[in-house]
Amino acid sequence: MRTFGIPRAFIAVLTRDLLLALRRRSEVVNPLLFFVIVVTLFPLAVSPSQAILQTLAPGIIWVAALLSTLLSLERMFRSDFEDGSLEQLLLSPCPPTVLVLAKVLAHWLVSGLPLLLIAPLLGVFLALPVTAMATLLFTLALGTPVLSLVGAIGVALTVGLRRGGALLSLLVLPLYLPVLIFSANAVAAAADGLPVTGQLYFLGGLLLLSCSLAPLAAAAALKISIH
Amino acid sequence: MWYWFHRFASPAYFYRFAGKAIPWLATLTGLLLLAGLYGGLVLAPADYQQGDSYRIIFIHVPSAWMSLFIYVVMATAGGIGLIWHIKLAEVIAACSAPIGASFTFIALATGSLWGKPMWGTWWVWDARLTSELILLFLYFGVIALQSAGEDKRTASRASAILALVGVINIPIIHFSVEWWNTLHQGATVSKMGAPSIHTSMLVPLLIMALACKFYYATSLLMRARVELLEREHNSNWIREALKNHE
Amino acid sequence: MNNLAEFFHMGGYALYVWGAYGLATVVLSYDLIAPSWRLRGLKRRLALRHTHADSVSQP
Repeated sequence: MRTFGIPRAFIAVLTRDLLLALRRRSEVVNPLLFFVIVVTLFPLAVSPSQAILQTLAPGIIWVAALLSTLLSLERMFRSDFEDGSLEQLLLSPCPPTVLVLAKVLAHWLVSGLPLLLIAPLLGVFLALPVTAMATLLFTLALGTPVLSLVGAIGVALTVGLRRGGALLSLLVLPLYLPVLIFSANAVAAAADGLPVTGQLYFLGGLLLLSCSLAPLAAAAALKISIH
Repeated sequence: MWYWFHRFASPAYFYRFAGKAIPWLATLTGLLLLAGLYGGLVLAPADYQQGDSYRIIFIHVPSAWMSLFIYVVMATAGGIGLIWHIKLAEVIAACSAPIGASFTFIALATGSLWGKPMWGTWWVWDARLTSELILLFLYFGVIALQSAGEDKRTASRASAILALVGVINIPIIHFSVEWWNTLHQGATVSKMGAPSIHTSMLVPLLIMALACKFYYATSLLMRARVELLEREHNSNWIREALKNHE
Repeated sequence: MNNLAEFFHMGGYALYVWGAYGLATVVLSYDLIAPSWRLRGLKRRLALRHTHADSVSQP
């Protein structure tokens, strides 16, 4: 019997999830399209006026990012739970927190990173000043991993339930509020030419905290859900 | 000490103990409520700025305190249940959630009723009201997760994890909301700060807070008895208890 | 009598003050009554089931 090192197990789970995501491309692309479409609804619903859009832009982009992350969250554990491979993974000698962390990273690479790449385009749609663009990218880079990490807890708690979808958003959205408040505010402050280092430090702190605690909670939740 | 603890944590003993304690706790709650309401609504003088409308404080503030207190109790009991697999702790966590949600709702509604004469609108995105609203959402999440699963024990273990995650998040959410609120200070017309608290107001306030604590204990024991009956309906001690009409 | 009327008038804030206390009373009483209803129903059902089980197990 071969023993696997923890880094190897981490990489194995990560590449496996990325491969699976590549095979099911529509599941990856749909939340991204959702993100774009939700954002384009606002100029049509509220007003195409540049001044109004500019004040709303940070909030709209961030709320849309939250919602599109919610759409893609279930993918993290659901199909593995249904075909039984999640149980097998948890039975392996690899610590479950490492497994969760690998799956979260895969989820972020597939759903968080694309948001980051497409966000500048949406910034242009919503007349966000160029000076705020870098801050928007920074907040997305720091904030979306937190969304994936905290979301992992929610998915782990609801994966065993038949209709977990609506419940998942009820559990997870209140926990997303600090990220939303600080990110949207940082972008708005940058648009006004104000310093944003404080907000970015806070987001970084949130990322560190959720990086260290969320995998533990998600692993414990998975163990409960599997029984 | 451990002997006593184990005996107390056994469902059969707790069921009987709760049955005996409920009338006493209920009486005490009633007396404290009467004293607190009399002191707050009759004896305490009107506030020189807010007039009589400030009297809502005697229900609003204790409810807001209870909403946080019960969440912490729920998370602690849930954690104990998770670690030591104590059934009673799971039951207490599960039964606390609806009571906590009720208090949170009361704090919100009375805050709104107080805000109308003070601010001129039913709702203001004031830091305290906003935090309380989010706390209500957190309670709803725990309650929804509890009732979602088919197996009661799995559901209560899952909701215990959610409650623990929530307890870590509450200070962060609270801080975020406070910070957000100071940036948008324009939204609040006047702060709903404590109106220069005087002993004639403080004493009834504390009595009401105590009454709410005892109310929680009463309601918790009543709910815990039902929950124990439901979860353990096949065990022998329940047959015995029902035969003796306990 | 005048005192009592003044008390209920609450300095013009009667609607808000009594509304707040009334609402709290309704919510908290429901919170107490609901489990006692559930308890009564449950006890009846369990007692029925137990007597049924006893009569079946007796030869």
